[in-house]
Amino acid sequence: MTIVEISSYVFMIIGGVFYFLGGLGVLRMPDTFNRIQAGTKATTLGAFSLLIGVGIAHPEWLLKVVLIIIFIALSNPIGSSVLAKATYKAYGAPDNVVEDDLKEWFGGDDDAR
Amino acid sequence: MNDVLNYIVFGLVATGMLFAVIRLIKGPKVSDRAVALDTFNVIVIGSIGLLSFVFDNGLYLDIAIVYGILAFLETIVFARYLEGNHDHR
Repeated sequence: MTIVEISSYVFMIIGGVFYFLGGLGVLRMPDTFNRIQAGTKATTLGAFSLLIGVGIAHPEWLLKVVLIIIFIALSNPIGSSVLAKATYKAYGAPDNVVEDDLKEWFGGDDDAR
Repeated sequence: MNDVLNYIVFGLVATGMLFAVIRLIKGPKVSDRAVALDTFNVIVIGSIGLLSFVFDNGLYLDIAIVYGILAFLETIVFARYLEGNHDHR
């Protein structure tokens, strides 16, 4: 066990733990918006950490790993925002909401489509 | 020692995948299933990268890049379907 293997396995175990927590949050959160939050944030950090661990263990693959990390960092927040807006348009706000600022953008007058 | 650590990491990743699949089966709404499928796709991307580490073959990372692009497109298509109101003004 050299120091390169030890640091690589540390990063990969951190990534696996965050993947586990993302799946657990998707399974156990009570509402759809909470599930969007848990299932996109935790898996983004888990993917970063696990792919950095693979790139430390094999430095000749570092360009492909950095390309995958950049694509996940660009695509996953866009997917989260689009899923949240689509859920709001399809099912409305949840029941225990305090202040609904999103109603004045696309409440019913078909603006900002 | 390396085999034990690989089993630990694969166990954590596979447990997260199993939870996402359970939510994808028993989601009360369609949007819950779309969210669970997005999470499942990101977990599969990381799992393909881990598989390339275990098999010592760098060709799996290309598969992970293409799978990531197709998973993002799939998420956008499902969200566009969920919005409804396809009147094309």
